[in-house]
Amino acid sequence: MEILMVLLVGLIFTVATYLVLTKSLLRVVLGLVLFSHGAHTLILTMGGLGTGDAPILGASETYTDPLPQALILTAIVISFGVTAFLLVMAYRTYKVHKTDDLDQLRGSSDE
Amino acid sequence: MSILHIAILAPFIFAIFIPLFYKYLPRIHTGWFVLVLPTLLFIYLIRMLPTISKGEVITKQFEWVPSLGINFNVYIDGLGLLFALLITGIGALVVLYSIYYLGKKGEALHNFYVYLLMFMGAMLGVVLSGNLMVLYVFWELTSLASALLIGYWYHRKKSRDGALKSMLVTVMGGFAMLAGFSFLYVITGTFNIQEIIANADVVAASSLFIPAMLLILLGAFTKSAQFPFHIWLPDAMEAPTPVSAYLHSATMVKAGIYLVARMSPVFAGAAEWFWLVAGLGIFTLLWGSFNAVRQTDLKSILAYSTISQLGMIMSLLGLGSASAYYGYEDYYVIATYAAIFHLINHSTFKGSLFMVVGIIDHETGTRDIRKLGGLITLMPITFTLSIIGAFSMAGIYPFNGFLSKEMFFTGLLHSLDITQFNMQSLAFLFPVIGWIASVFTFIYSMIIVFKTFTGKYQPEKLDKKPHEAPIGMLVPPIILAALVVVFGFFPGLLEHTIIDPAVHAIHPAALAAGEHFGIHIYPWHGWDAPELWMTIGVIALGVIMYLTLTKWQKIYEFLRLHKKDPINYIYDYLLDGVIRFAKKVTSMQMTGLLRDYLAFMFIFVIAIVLYSVIRYDVFSIDTGNMEGIPFYFWIIAFVFAAATITVPFIQYRVAAIIAVGIVGYLVALFFVIFRAPDLALTQLLVETVTTTLFLLCFYHLPELRKERSKPKFKLTNLIIAIGVGATVTITALSTLVARGHRPFEAISEYHLENSYKLAGGDNVVNVILVDFRGFDTFLEILVLGIASLGLYSLIKFRVKGRDSI
Repeated sequence: MEILMVLLVGLIFTVATYLVLTKSLLRVVLGLVLFSHGAHTLILTMGGLGTGDAPILGASETYTDPLPQALILTAIVISFGVTAFLLVMAYRTYKVHKTDDLDQLRGSSDE
Repeated sequence: MSILHIAILAPFIFAIFIPLFYKYLPRIHTGWFVLVLPTLLFIYLIRMLPTISKGEVITKQFEWVPSLGINFNVYIDGLGLLFALLITGIGALVVLYSIYYLGKKGEALHNFYVYLLMFMGAMLGVVLSGNLMVLYVFWELTSLASALLIGYWYHRKKSRDGALKSMLVTVMGGFAMLAGFSFLYVITGTFNIQEIIANADVVAASSLFIPAMLLILLGAFTKSAQFPFHIWLPDAMEAPTPVSAYLHSATMVKAGIYLVARMSPVFAGAAEWFWLVAGLGIFTLLWGSFNAVRQTDLKSILAYSTISQLGMIMSLLGLGSASAYYGYEDYYVIATYAAIFHLINHSTFKGSLFMVVGIIDHETGTRDIRKLGGLITLMPITFTLSIIGAFSMAGIYPFNGFLSKEMFFTGLLHSLDITQFNMQSLAFLFPVIGWIASVFTFIYSMIIVFKTFTGKYQPEKLDKKPHEAPIGMLVPPIILAALVVVFGFFPGLLEHTIIDPAVHAIHPAALAAGEHFGIHIYPWHGWDAPELWMTIGVIALGVIMYLTLTKWQKIYEFLRLHKKDPINYIYDYLLDGVIRFAKKVTSMQMTGLLRDYLAFMFIFVIAIVLYSVIRYDVFSIDTGNMEGIPFYFWIIAFVFAAATITVPFIQYRVAAIIAVGIVGYLVALFFVIFRAPDLALTQLLVETVTTTLFLLCFYHLPELRKERSKPKFKLTNLIIAIGVGATVTITALSTLVARGHRPFEAISEYHLENSYKLAGGDNVVNVILVDFRGFDTFLEILVLGIASLGLYSLIKFRVKGRDSI
């Protein structure tokens, strides 16, 4: 089970990297979103998969590890904030510079 | 802190007040105030001479950074005192000279004297400190002060270039020297020079012996303008002439000589030391004198002459180091003796010659020997001074240069008897090169005098009407020239008073306290002495070659030496090369394109992770739990993979957003399957909001275009992307295996056990978030807050009055 998940994570990282390396601002943002999905899934996988109930105390004997879940929850919220910010920044960049091509968005040559 | 410490620091302290004198007492030339200090210091130091002559040393301690062994120890022996007397004595004369040389109007006198005093203090610190680190600090201060003084007329490009060159060369050497000192500290555990000398055998046995020696010699050779680091000295002639006279002939360039002499007890006796110091010195002697002859600028002649004379002193120190191997008999020590004697002589005659050249420049407006001539009747005193200086430099009786040149020949001839250091086959080179160089020395000395003062007077080429210099300008060179004559007739004045203790400092094992060397300086060696015939030969050949100068000077054009020193081409090439290389590297790597930076980072990450995986052979897969995957999960995984893969191929923005959304919802589904209800909830919610945001924003964004880029570009991107994916996969798989046999239990057991007991909550994830690890949550809220404020300001605020952001 873990191996399959890890392969999926590898796939998602591959696609995300490819998107980030392209020239379109939109694709870069999509790539970053995929990156965060990959990272969250990876944390979950590395914490150990599915041997026990959800970590809500009750009658069960074994529970899944609650700590990675707490970490992922934090990470989801933070990546949401960053994604929202990036989106608006992309929007503003397009408004100001009238382009979404990263090749044209490079700084001045004497930088 | 003793009076001695204050004496060394006095120039620095005094320098603080110079601008005040300059500003509030503008009617008196600032130099007069400055003059007081070196004079007082000279008197103070010369009073130590009787003590030092007896072979005693004066030491004073002052703790500076005791925890690092860096203490400002003053250590005065013959060598240090000799240099200190030169520095203060010639310093006083140079200040007096500069008062007449630099006018009150139009010159930034306060700058000049502040730099000069800074230099004087630094130089005193170099020669009188007994601690290597303190020596290094003062050493760099001399480089700094020298560069400031060379660039004194900073509106001239040549001055700035000369300052830059001298700075680069000497500071490079200084850094090398610092490394050498550090090596000595590593070997001996102390920075104290005398303790290092006491442990010379420990140093010699160390494997760091050669590196330390080479690095320290690099410092000494750059400072003392030895080949091939001599190139900065001719360019330093852009400095005002008093500076050239003081720094670039009498004092700073001898700092390297001082260092070699000071370090001799540690390194002498080794073949490498002998060959480097003596060999490079004698070559510098030849190179400097050979190049001096072709110069047409008087100061350039003197600059190359200084290089050559410094080479001569250096080679004598090298030859003298043989005595450390053979035992301290006068036979070899005489070379060291000659070195110290010539050091004094060179300071006197070279200082006076520079001042003479300054006078000529000042009174005629040019230093070009092609424009000068026939000044003998117009400037008789200057002529007399230049005769004394130049003849002493050429080594003609009865001036002091004659005596030291004779001793130089004696030292060279004795080198023929050295059987160590592979000298048998090459020993003959030393007298031959030394003799040839002496001929060239003779020729350029004659050029200085006779091309300037005799021949045809050409007033039409001169800017000013020449006349004799004011008396104040003549006094300092007259004093120096008087010393040239006095030391020429009475060399015995110097023997026991200062040369003996100085040589004793270089060869500490040679003398017991109170003894004297059996070496006497005397002009007459008898008809059968080879030195006499060598000198006669030098004069004879020198006269012939001077008279036929125009005939053989074409050799410089033939050797392509007529424009500039060939080492300068290397320097220019290196300097340009460094700049061009840096620009190339920068433009290659700082492209301004996000994609390139990301590519660099990804490639680096891939390389370093894969290297570690291969290097430590940690890759492993545990396929044990592949069987238990239910069928429905395969379907989810397939959909997940399909949705992911399609994203880069989609050309429509809504479709792309939906595809990414599908991936997000599938992640939520994973959370459900793997029993993480809170995560699933959050993920669903966040995914929905994000997708909405995307849709909102992308409404304003342009339609996704098909990527119009070259296949090669796409292919590299694909390779990098696969590399990153593979790296992540391999690392994760290896970690999964390693997790199987970890030596400790997961911390979650604690959370599960105590969630209710300590925090009173059943939902362990929520308890962790708000109780066990509440800080994370607190700051995560902060992140959201900052993001929302950022969003708001991005949308709302505009910088007014600017077209672009």
